[in-house]
Amino acid sequence: MNTAMPIESPEPLREERVPKNYITESRTLKSWLFTTDHKRIGILYLFSILFYFIIAAIAAALMRMELITPAGDMVTSETYNKLFTIHGTLMVWFFLIPSIPAVLGNFVLPMMLGARDVAFPKLNLLSWYLFNAGGLLAVYAVTFGGVDTGWTFYTPYSSTFSNSHVVEMAAGVFVAGFGTILTGLNFIITTHKLRAPGMRWFRMPLFVWSLYSTSVIMILATPVLAMTLALMSIERIWGVGIFDPRLGGDPILFQHLFWFYSHPAVYIMILPGMGVMSELVTCFSRKPIFGYHFVAFASVAIAIMGFLVWGHHMFTSGQSIYAGLVFSFLSYMVAVPSAIKVFNWTMTLYRGSISFATPMLYALGFMGLFTIGGLTGLYLAAVGFDVHVQDTYFIVAHFHYIMVGGMVTAFMGGLHYWWPKITGRMYPEKLGQLAALIMYLGFNLTFFPQFILGYLGMPRRYHAYAPEFQIYNVMSSAGASILGVGYLLPLLYFLWSLKYGKKAPANPWKATGLEWQTPSPPPKHNFVETPVVTGPPYQYSAEAAEAEFTANEKGEAYG
Amino acid sequence: MKFPVFPPEASEVARHTDHLLFALLTISAITMVVVFGPMIYFLFKYRRGNKADRTPVELPEMKIEITWTVIPTIVFVGLFAWGARVYWRIERPPADAMEINVVGKQWMWKIEHPEGNREIDELHVPVGRNIKLTLASQDVIHSFFLPAFRVKQDVVPGRYTTLWFRADKIGTYHLFCSEYCGTHHSAMTGSVIVMPPEAYEQWLKQGAPGPSMAQEGEKLFREYGCSGCHVNSTIVHAPPLNGLFGRTVPLQTGKFVTADEAYLRDSILIPSKDIVAGYTNDMPSFQGHVSEEDLLKLIAYIRSLSDTTPQQEGAEAK
Amino acid sequence: MADAHAALQEQFEEMPQQKEAATLGMWAFLATEVLFFGAMFMSYIVYRTTYPQAFAEASHHTIVLFGTINTAILLTSSFTVAMAVHAARQNNIKWLFRLLAITVFFGLAFLAVKGLEYHEDLNENLWPGPHFKSELPPQAQIFWILYWIMTGVHAVHVTVGVVLLSIMAWMTSRRKFSDAYYTPIEISALYWHFVDIIWIYLYPLLYLIHRYSA
Repeated sequence: MNTAMPIESPEPLREERVPKNYITESRTLKSWLFTTDHKRIGILYLFSILFYFIIAAIAAALMRMELITPAGDMVTSETYNKLFTIHGTLMVWFFLIPSIPAVLGNFVLPMMLGARDVAFPKLNLLSWYLFNAGGLLAVYAVTFGGVDTGWTFYTPYSSTFSNSHVVEMAAGVFVAGFGTILTGLNFIITTHKLRAPGMRWFRMPLFVWSLYSTSVIMILATPVLAMTLALMSIERIWGVGIFDPRLGGDPILFQHLFWFYSHPAVYIMILPGMGVMSELVTCFSRKPIFGYHFVAFASVAIAIMGFLVWGHHMFTSGQSIYAGLVFSFLSYMVAVPSAIKVFNWTMTLYRGSISFATPMLYALGFMGLFTIGGLTGLYLAAVGFDVHVQDTYFIVAHFHYIMVGGMVTAFMGGLHYWWPKITGRMYPEKLGQLAALIMYLGFNLTFFPQFILGYLGMPRRYHAYAPEFQIYNVMSSAGASILGVGYLLPLLYFLWSLKYGKKAPANPWKATGLEWQTPSPPPKHNFVETPVVTGPPYQYSAEAAEAEFTANEKGEAYG
Repeated sequence: MKFPVFPPEASEVARHTDHLLFALLTISAITMVVVFGPMIYFLFKYRRGNKADRTPVELPEMKIEITWTVIPTIVFVGLFAWGARVYWRIERPPADAMEINVVGKQWMWKIEHPEGNREIDELHVPVGRNIKLTLASQDVIHSFFLPAFRVKQDVVPGRYTTLWFRADKIGTYHLFCSEYCGTHHSAMTGSVIVMPPEAYEQWLKQGAPGPSMAQEGEKLFREYGCSGCHVNSTIVHAPPLNGLFGRTVPLQTGKFVTADEAYLRDSILIPSKDIVAGYTNDMPSFQGHVSEEDLLKLIAYIRSLSDTTPQQEGAEAK
Repeated sequence: MADAHAALQEQFEEMPQQKEAATLGMWAFLATEVLFFGAMFMSYIVYRTTYPQAFAEASHHTIVLFGTINTAILLTSSFTVAMAVHAARQNNIKWLFRLLAITVFFGLAFLAVKGLEYHEDLNENLWPGPHFKSELPPQAQIFWILYWIMTGVHAVHVTVGVVLLSIMAWMTSRRKFSDAYYTPIEISALYWHFVDIIWIYLYPLLYLIHRYSA
């Protein structure tokens, strides 16, 4: 041992005393824009989709304002047509499709599997850049004159007759689609190859199962959309006829190709939300999921069967009666696994210890709204019924119940649930519950009257409408303003929480799942040591939760 | 304040569709009770802090899963069958229907009755008759939607589609274009005016007393030069058209087709597509030279050469 | 071996895991490519069934000599790239480099022949539009649009493959590969085989419709 005078070490700098997490480990802009950390990429996506969501929401607000009166007196018809196209295109491709997978999936999936990152981190970053390159093209199309084809780009209107920036928007969707494909590819390989020791397939959280199923759809369906939009654009740019009836081309072929992608696309949009549901319902009722295997297989079944039903978007387009019957039957079959999931979540509540924290309120909202949306899907699958309501507001109401009432609700639930892990802060709980309720009420007031409007016969994409439809349009627009408040509140309090929110512990909800075994926010490589998994997920105990609650007189506000 | 919930129910098909709606609503109500009932009960009984028995219990998971898989499947198959029945009725026009032609273009509906009467954005029909519309588009995809009869059909350029209905209530009902077709899509609306049969006959006579569609078609047949090849030509070997409509035609490829409106239209616009057996590919294409309306008139004329036009059948039946 | 560990990326625990992930990733990517080309093949099938005669007539104007030469070139190049993988497995770096270079050469040859062919096609007015060869029925234009798009997209993929294999050859020359680590060679070869297979389908569908029937 050294007997000379010990040299005093200088006082460690304050920053060094606090362990670095993935946010603080480097604060430069460059470190964010060139990151390969899946957690940072998730946050980059969050900012991006928020940007596109705002543009699309403004378009919706303008539409609902116009629709307060039957006459088309606020904007011109051309502008209105551009508004609903912008709303649809941006919401579908630049908000809904990436939302849960690219934000929450990117952040949480590797951690849930006990991995350090996704399989191909550089491709992950590339996917974000492709997504925004596509977004840039889309925003260009919006800013420099707009697009007026509807998000469905039906030919020959889109390829021959429209005078708007169709190609730029189609190119934007094309490029962003490759971002989607890379994300899906990454998730699939990560799930196959980067699971921690002991994490067998049937020990994975159900969020992983649903992301995996979503990713399979992403990689198989998106290329078809890409090629279809390319063919339409080629027809438009070079004046050649692929779908042009004057050359013997078939406009219905476009529809088949388009919906072959776009139906599975709706499952890309809802499956991740269902995955979040399984996480929330188990944690906030302190119970293992009822029917784990069935829920897991239901996700896979939805993914596969989702490829077989595209013709139900074309019951009145001129396809044969027999095609109509086949697609109707298959559409009913694909509804079965979704129904099974709802039953399983309900049974999970049985003998649980149920908390009504904000994430759970969103989960319960999802149960209500998705059930209604899904039930109306049964109406639409009845092909004779669909003939009447196809292309009316009934369809608009149906898909908004599923997309907004289902997917966005689940996204908000997941965002609130994982917010402490992502940011290290809690959001204000009471405001969170209030916003969830406002959103729920506003949503129903906005979209329920649209079912009635649709059955009455009000077609969609109508700038002006028959006077007898006004009362429901007014209700819908009133609801939309309430819904807007419901969305604004979280935006504000989430931002507030970044600086003033209560600091979050590693596991504020006392949830199971490997992502909660690391600090909040996590270190760059997630785990100091690779975890080893020894049992199934969701090992909650309702009895233990009750005992703790009774013992703890204060009663924790969350978890 | 009025809160309408149903459009007028002006045909039997409308009633069938509404019955299907009621069935669906009933099943929805039952489902919501069956799902939300227990859910709300569980949320109430098992809320944190509420005393209840929470001991984990071993439920017969497989039996439960199978039950709530099989029962919905059976219900769904039933709904499929009901929907299919309504659909079957909607999609198959009765043979004795009165035929009216509709050409949709941005942004109006041009209707032509076989007697020659023309209307724009209005369709006069007699009550209690089966009406079959042959729909053609001059430009983009439109859709002919009659909410009061619960029927619609997309109108697709490059082909004919059909829609039939039978109004059993006199009145005026909405006609909407229900496939987005450009700037003034929401203005492409009109009315169906259902009249008592005598009033309809009156209206026909008053309307445009002029040549019938078949007569106009005969004129066009000569003007476009069709008769040069198809009527007693010594130079060209072209298929005769008398009695053609409705017959089965053997093709060069060995297949057989029925000579219906779609076949006639294709023969004029894309003659190389279905060449009749025993003939050669000599007919020029009239694509770009004949308008949709003229096509319908030519087809009406060719139909009249078969003496099987429903007008005459309908008249005889009466 | 030092090279192997140097190539291990931090998200993986060990090399076999990384290799499996890369291989699975390439297979998944090729599945997306099947669907990508699938949309075009689907359109082709629909239109050929509707207009069999127009398609046959249109196909007779493709230059079957060039198509056949290109088929031979690609088939041979698949062989050479497979031999390159074999060389890597045998740690024969010299031949790995040579065979990759030969494959690149074949790829470039394919593109050159294609370029000549396109030039001829344009001279024959086979570009769809108002100046399309008037002797052909209008529906033949649909065949020719599909020809340009399908061979064009395929040619883009060939180009990507050429670039990819060139990079592989360059990395080989920098001693990045050995029998302990040659995964990028394998998955690049996989991509190249796929490009070849697509052509195997394109060739008869585009060049050989009713060409030699009685």
